[in-house]
Amino acid sequence: MRRHRRAHASTRGELALLTEAELQALWLSLAVSLRAVLFALPLGIACAWVLARRRFPGKTLFDGLVHLPLVVPPVVVGYLLLILFGIRGVLGKPLYDWFGIKLVFTSAGASLAIAVTTFPLMVRAIRLSIEAIDTGLEDAARTLGAGPFDRFFTITLPLMVPGILAGGVLAFSAGLGEFGAVITFVSNIPGVTQTLPLAIYTATQTPGGEAAAARLASLSIALALGGLVLSELLARRARAMLAG
Amino acid sequence: MDRAPPSLRAAAGDTASGRESAHMTAPADLEVSIRKRLGAFALDAQFATRARGLTALFGPSGSGKSTIVAAIAGLLRPDSGCIVAGGDTLFDAERRVDVPAERRRVGYVFQDARLFPHLKVRDNLAYGLKRAPAGDRAIGFDAVVDLLGIGHLLDRRPLRLSGGEKQRVAIGRALLAQPRLLLMDEPLASLDAARRLEILPYVERLRDGLGLRIVYVSHAVEEVLRLASTIVVVDGGRVVAQGTPADLSQRRDLQAFFGRFEAGSVLEGRVVGHDDRHRLTRVAVRGLGLLLPRFDLPVGTGVRVRIRARDVILAIAPPVGLSVQNALEAVVTEIANEPGPYAEVKVDAEGAVLLARVTRDSVERLDLAPGRRVHALVKSVAIDGDSVTAAPIDLD
Repeated sequence: MRRHRRAHASTRGELALLTEAELQALWLSLAVSLRAVLFALPLGIACAWVLARRRFPGKTLFDGLVHLPLVVPPVVVGYLLLILFGIRGVLGKPLYDWFGIKLVFTSAGASLAIAVTTFPLMVRAIRLSIEAIDTGLEDAARTLGAGPFDRFFTITLPLMVPGILAGGVLAFSAGLGEFGAVITFVSNIPGVTQTLPLAIYTATQTPGGEAAAARLASLSIALALGGLVLSELLARRARAMLAG
Repeated sequence: MDRAPPSLRAAAGDTASGRESAHMTAPADLEVSIRKRLGAFALDAQFATRARGLTALFGPSGSGKSTIVAAIAGLLRPDSGCIVAGGDTLFDAERRVDVPAERRRVGYVFQDARLFPHLKVRDNLAYGLKRAPAGDRAIGFDAVVDLLGIGHLLDRRPLRLSGGEKQRVAIGRALLAQPRLLLMDEPLASLDAARRLEILPYVERLRDGLGLRIVYVSHAVEEVLRLASTIVVVDGGRVVAQGTPADLSQRRDLQAFFGRFEAGSVLEGRVVGHDDRHRLTRVAVRGLGLLLPRFDLPVGTGVRVRIRARDVILAIAPPVGLSVQNALEAVVTEIANEPGPYAEVKVDAEGAVLLARVTRDSVERLDLAPGRRVHALVKSVAIDGDSVTAAPIDLD
């Protein structure tokens, strides 16, 4: 309890050092990245499970596709998103026409860009945790009368929790720093799509913005470090829980 | 061992559907006839057991025993053949029947327990119970906890349990899924000798108290001779013999499996009385009386007594002035020379077959030959607690 309060107080102290616009960029980054992770997670879990447990023709290709954002320049990812999800894009047009969903130049679009670029990191962490699960446990559940979905939700998924937490936090931290895909797809609109790294970029391009850039960069580093530590702590905690 | 197994079968007949209760009260046969190729290994196994009780699949490591039980459970799909349990076809390659493992109602106790690490012991136990048909939950939670002595573990997590505790929980978990057949795949192999002795009585309780059909995989002679009603000997992917422990342990062609040094005979009898003053128990084996060190089984209990060949002495005259308690009149039926100075003499005492290990020199000196009347002497002290086990025995 006390620890919470202290953390809260110190955050507030830090916030006072930031300008309104910088603060906005920080909150936007956190919100956009969190949303990206939450939406990507179900698909990430599914992909990780398929890659860890299934054998099918074209698996190597599928694996490559999932990992592609890791090696393709983020600008290219942003460009492809623009083509696919632009107002006249293959997917963007029906989305807009039928559901009124517009992704380009919106914070939702920023989340999509982040979800795509951090996807491989998430899948990797979750996949490792699935591969660490003894398939014998699932066999045991079968002999006890559990069908495929039952087994997945009562045995496999709970045992994946450490990996899901680690993968989620990792993707979230990496998402906070995503630059190329975001700026290409949704541009750099303060208050809408200007996330932390974009704000840093803007500051460096503005005369007299060095101090702001330094503040935001430090904040960025602190968030990234915090994310890594949290990911590790969560994973450790989950492992300890499993160990009783 | 020291107390009567609690009765676990509640009155299930009224609630269970007709079909379910039919296989509860009169389990039909288990028939296995399967072929499976796994790399260089080829399994081609056929056997059928009629006896209620414990069927042991016995043979060296890598002989295919575990493959057979995995196929019965539905965790491994045979290339061809069929598996029928309790009258229901679980697998039939020709008729394209392959009941999924989760619907076979075949319990499985794995060598490595495989408890779910994220669930408490209580929830591990309940896992199968919750998924069993509501009308067929004859084996109750409390009764199983009591039977296996795991009440104090219920709120613990599996990873902190000892090997023996884990295995007991695993057995309970499998039982509570209300299986029609329980497979136990080397359940004691990962335990040390002391833990093994801890678990064995529980397995006997399952066999005797629940009237459950059990298929028990093991490569350990002592376990198999102690527990099995029927032994199926598996070697190189094939069934090489099937029979009762008493029959198989005497067969010379199976000595490679039952062990030369441990060669002996298994006699089945019934406790007829205890002599508390001398700490002895009298057991009737067919027409014979055996005096054994006292053990705690009630009068009338069927027992199986294992007598090693090297603990039997043969005499051609009635023994006088010896400390030996058990002198049985018998007739030599067979003599087989062994490598080294030994010979094994099979004798028949009122229909009970004993195996005696003597020197070849003695065979000549005593002029032993089939048909010769002898006295078989068995030292009571040679029969320790581990050699006597309760057994469901039908004696005429």
